Amino acid sequence: MSKAEKIEEILERYSYLDSKSLIPILQDIQSELGSLNEEAIVLVGQRLNLPTSKIYGLATFYNQFKFEPKGKNHICLCNGTSCRLKGAKWNMVYLEENLKLKNGQTTRNGQFSLEVVTCMGACDHGPVISINEEYYREVDPEKLKHIINDLTQE
Amino acid sequence: MNITIEVNNRTIQAHKGDTILEALNRNGIRVPTLCNMTNLTPSGACRLCVVEVEGRDTLVTSCSHIVENGMRVMTHSPRVVRARKTLVELLLANHPDDCLYCERNGFCELQDLAAELHIRERKVLRKSFTQKLDLSSPSIVRDPAKCILCGRCIRVCDEVQSVSTFEFVNRGCNMYVGTTMSRDLNFSSCIGCGQCVLVCPTGALHERQNFAEVMDALSNPDLIPVVQIAPSISVSVATEFGLKASKDVNKLLYNALRKIGFKYVFDTAVAADIAAVEMAAELIARKGNGNNLPMFSSCCPAWVKFVEQWYPDYIPALSAVKSPQQVMGSLIRNYFAAENEINLSKIFSVSVMPCLAKKFEAQREEMTTRGLSDVDTVLSTRELVRLIKLYGIDIQGIEPQHPDKPFNIRSSSGKLFGISGGSAEALARVVYHKLTSKELNDSKITEVKIISGVKAFSFNAAGQTFTFAVVNGLKNIHSILPVLMEGDVKLDYIEVMACPGGCVNGGGQPYVHEDKYVKLRTKAIIEIDEAEGIKCAARNPLVKAIYDDFLGETGGEKSKKFLYTRYSKREVLL
Amino acid sequence: MARCDSKAELAFIKDAVVPNLHYGVWPTEVSDKFSALRHERVRQPVIYVGVTTSSIVAGALKTKMAIEQYLDDYAVDADVICVGSHGLCSLEPIVEVQIPGKTRVAFTNVTPDRVNSILDGVLNGFIQPEYAIFQYHSEIHEPWHGIPFKNELPFFKRQNRLLLKNAGILCPDSIAEYIAYGGYSALAKAIREYTFDDICRIVEESGLRGRGGGAFHTGAKWRKALQVATSDRYLICNADESDPGGFMDRLLIESDPHKVVEGIILSSYAVSASKALIYIRDRYKVSIQRIQNAIEQAYEVGLLGYDILGSGYSLDVEVHKGPGAYVCGEETALIKSLEGKRGMPTIKPPYPAEFGLNGKPTVINNVETLANIPEIISNGPQWFAAFGTEGSKGTKIFSINGHASQTCWVELTFGEPLATLLDLAGGVKDGRTFKALHLGGPSGVSVTADELDAPIDFDELPRRGISLGSGGVQVLDNTVCMVDLVKYFMHFIRNESCGKCIPCREGSNRMYQILDNISKRPVSNEGHNTLERFKGVIQLETLAEVMRDTSLCGLGQTAPKPILKALKSFRDEFEEHIFDRKCRASVCRDLRTFYIDIERCKGCTACAKKCPTQAIYGTPRSSYFIVEERCIGCGICQDTCKFGAVFFK
Repeated sequence: MSKAEKIEEILERYSYLDSKSLIPILQDIQSELGSLNEEAIVLVGQRLNLPTSKIYGLATFYNQFKFEPKGKNHICLCNGTSCRLKGAKWNMVYLEENLKLKNGQTTRNGQFSLEVVTCMGACDHGPVISINEEYYREVDPEKLKHIINDLTQE
Repeated sequence: MNITIEVNNRTIQAHKGDTILEALNRNGIRVPTLCNMTNLTPSGACRLCVVEVEGRDTLVTSCSHIVENGMRVMTHSPRVVRARKTLVELLLANHPDDCLYCERNGFCELQDLAAELHIRERKVLRKSFTQKLDLSSPSIVRDPAKCILCGRCIRVCDEVQSVSTFEFVNRGCNMYVGTTMSRDLNFSSCIGCGQCVLVCPTGALHERQNFAEVMDALSNPDLIPVVQIAPSISVSVATEFGLKASKDVNKLLYNALRKIGFKYVFDTAVAADIAAVEMAAELIARKGNGNNLPMFSSCCPAWVKFVEQWYPDYIPALSAVKSPQQVMGSLIRNYFAAENEINLSKIFSVSVMPCLAKKFEAQREEMTTRGLSDVDTVLSTRELVRLIKLYGIDIQGIEPQHPDKPFNIRSSSGKLFGISGGSAEALARVVYHKLTSKELNDSKITEVKIISGVKAFSFNAAGQTFTFAVVNGLKNIHSILPVLMEGDVKLDYIEVMACPGGCVNGGGQPYVHEDKYVKLRTKAIIEIDEAEGIKCAARNPLVKAIYDDFLGETGGEKSKKFLYTRYSKREVLL
Repeated sequence: MARCDSKAELAFIKDAVVPNLHYGVWPTEVSDKFSALRHERVRQPVIYVGVTTSSIVAGALKTKMAIEQYLDDYAVDADVICVGSHGLCSLEPIVEVQIPGKTRVAFTNVTPDRVNSILDGVLNGFIQPEYAIFQYHSEIHEPWHGIPFKNELPFFKRQNRLLLKNAGILCPDSIAEYIAYGGYSALAKAIREYTFDDICRIVEESGLRGRGGGAFHTGAKWRKALQVATSDRYLICNADESDPGGFMDRLLIESDPHKVVEGIILSSYAVSASKALIYIRDRYKVSIQRIQNAIEQAYEVGLLGYDILGSGYSLDVEVHKGPGAYVCGEETALIKSLEGKRGMPTIKPPYPAEFGLNGKPTVINNVETLANIPEIISNGPQWFAAFGTEGSKGTKIFSINGHASQTCWVELTFGEPLATLLDLAGGVKDGRTFKALHLGGPSGVSVTADELDAPIDFDELPRRGISLGSGGVQVLDNTVCMVDLVKYFMHFIRNESCGKCIPCREGSNRMYQILDNISKRPVSNEGHNTLERFKGVIQLETLAEVMRDTSLCGLGQTAPKPILKALKSFRDEFEEHIFDRKCRASVCRDLRTFYIDIERCKGCTACAKKCPTQAIYGTPRSSYFIVEERCIGCGICQDTCKFGAVFFK
């Protein structure tokens, strides 16, 4: 199925199309395609009768929506207060210096992408990261290095 | 006057339902604002209009708070002034301070605020700005570094123009004003009307300058610079030269332009007359065969682009006659040049327009003859003023002059093209005259009600009823259009001007702080029309002469060749 | 996670229980059923696994799988039930076992490898006391020897668990269990006996105030919305909890979603809302799943939808997944987000209670506030008002983390001193020195040791320059740099500010720059550089005041709080950063340089191997050195060195 068809299919699910269903539609599209893109915005705009600029503006406002495709390994790094106090900062520094990866970015080879989130609600086990929904607790740069190495070798 | 409030320990009267700001302004107390716009809902974003209200913890924004009886307000207490000053300092910290080189130098609201609040110290060290200048549009230049995110352009584009090209992108300190996918303006849905430029408080949005080309042409001995000026300009520039607002300085402008170095100076109103005559022929023909009715006006290039983008199905309905600017351009190249035995390519045809979309129109490839653009370059009214000042011409001290032959006599309806409803009026007069050989006057016109916000009128001529509608500005256009096209009242002609009020309020006009000036401009044009003798384009002897001499009959072969054009669907990110 | 209730069970609840809920007196078949649902007498072992976001990270799902594997392997007939959290996050995964005739007993830190030995023991009537932490008190069961009862544990004893009474005990996915524990009786009572107006009055009398941070009187807010003459009103449950380090609401929803749903229905009834919306962040998958399940079950048994309990009152509840923006906790921004727009706050007035979602009166309450309602209705306003202080009634839920000995989730009566929070958390982790208690998130304040006697109270704390916040509490030890902490908060604010108004957008950015400036090594060492840095700090105070005075919404107005408080309580630390260029906690990366003491280094290569940036060079068995440019200052080398040879300046 092409991307456009998938988007059409998602739009079919909504019986009533107006700006109130915009966020759920974008959420569905993102979970289907991994990220948003121009095509999606144009299609949704046509169907919802909304200017694309408004959809783009909305999508860039919220943390959830991404326009860059996710990497093969999507790293969510918790930077809540607790994880921060326990050293989440050094993990961020490590990723930035070694993978040249900053929040919201994807590495050039598409292997890794990073999303810094605030509080995963697992404060005792911090610093917490999750990679593709798999949780890692008490991560320090040393441990992160091994995790990344293992993933790269796979 | 039924509420009493206390301001700075003095009692003032206020209307019930007024905002604090309105009450203050009515009583001659000015409070600085940045995001506030008349007729639009307050957004409360800039926080500069804050005042101290007794009993409130924090300062309140006067633009949004409604007055209450007995309210005690302090507008310039130390706390308030310090807050305002800090806010402006914060803006300046993030703003390039290259004022002397800025497009808006002297007209900048941020500059005014900084001066007003007496900011004399740079609290933050200079930093470099990396934002890219967007030069992609032929009409509008965006300089994101100078944007202070007041959101006025977004609101005017949304709420007044229904175009919604701009929106805030991202959030917090990373926020900026951008288009869909942060593309350049030429990929966006921008129609180039320039209303955003008028409301921008800083130099973040300004017109694409064509100043330099004109200066080059003026100093090039091989070229013959020719200029036309639009009908609405003569009533819009007076204040810029220290004259009474809305004074008609048409004749002074001709002299000034000659002094600057233009060989020939023409009045676009003449072309408007010719366009009206052609459109009348077109309309009568369409009415005869019933095709493509109602006919849309096409003299507003922003509107034409709007149709091409959003309503490609309606393109056949657009009048195929070029806009007055292009008609004049085409006649200069093809008729005037031949008459005066001038080599075509030697003519450098400049037009001065109140509009930024005209800059785009002049570049359209449909608007060429024999590979040459009908109009070489377009200056906005503001550029004209700058040009006159640059050449050191004292408008108040020069003699009035007349435009050059063969475009030197216009009807007063040609002038009407500068205001909303003008082209409809002009067209009605020609249609009526054509069918009855009589003058159309007010008594023969009946008003028609269709939908609020749209004026409409009808008249009878030779047993046929003609109904014309006038759409003033694009506000709510997406809901108005279907009613006009498929409603109960069968319309024959729909005039649409993208800018509210028409060209007198065009995106290229001098910056004004109050819409009172726009009303004065409109009034001036109506007064000209009322005062003059030749009210109908068809009765303009010059038009007749041009047809006899060159064009032949209306809608004829030559007209089709030189005065008609075509439009096509445009793919942009809507 | 499967739904706990079978179709037959739901049908039984719908037909036999729900229509008679308000009587509270049950025929034998129903009370037997309830007793079974409360697991009062069990025929075969029941194993309860606490499954919440926090315990999932700790491995609860793996533990559950191991348990199921065990039961399978040894062909043991037992029920495995998911329950919520007791609040003892550090001891997770927690597994409880109830064998016939014995009391229910809880085991902590049950990792998959311990499952076999623990179950081997307990299923055969033998307990390893080192893993067991408490047992439930029961009249009818024989207690385990040597295991403390739950209510004897200081952790539970010191709390007043009104809202959390079911948390960790019942299955969050079962409406039947919730009803068996007395749930939805408040709703039945209210709908039978009270009008909209009565409930408003009861809540007003109870003195309940909003728990989200604003502390507005809930009853007054409702009254305002009730007074607008209109047919449509909305109730919004704000579950978009987004303070970093706060997870009170999330755990509440995950542990006892039906209580929240009951609170929502009651409150909607009180304001006569035709629709209730739950705004919850899309990221909180477990919470969304549990609350959605709870809503579906409530629909199925007729407690939601058309004509609830034959009262003629109808209500629909929808879950909206928030796409993630801190500012959407602000009422007007939340409404914008629900309307499908950028979540930018709008000016007040008009207040949402008068002109909210779709232009209709809209009441927005926090999850915890709503969870209070069923208790107030059941027990009456006087009962509720008896807890707490003059101005702050009832209890408050806190999530305590940071450098706490045990991360936990607790409920305390108003009026208790702040020190109780520290006690419940077991003090500072690893015996380090206590530095401060940070209350709330990025707009909260850090409280020093000598302020810990302040009572938890909405009115008293502000008098002492402290704000209670929404309930997230971080214990800070002496490894925390206050400059870095407030810088972190300001960084958070400048990214999470909606960007609409100048003071918040530019002010937070500027404040961050100033803080960043003082936590960095100066570019030049010229004399006035220090002066510049100091001037920045002076400017912080002006900026803070202007931000508070002029910002459009609460986010900007409260954002400078942590800085102002830190400047007051920890001024010496700021001065050290500015004048001495020293970070006493050695957190500010740019202010520290690591070096290896040649005398002490044995050349063991351990640090060089561990260095994530390969900044350490040398030849084995002779001393190593650190390349300053490559060093990111993470300090791993220092932690690694067995000889204490790594220092920083």
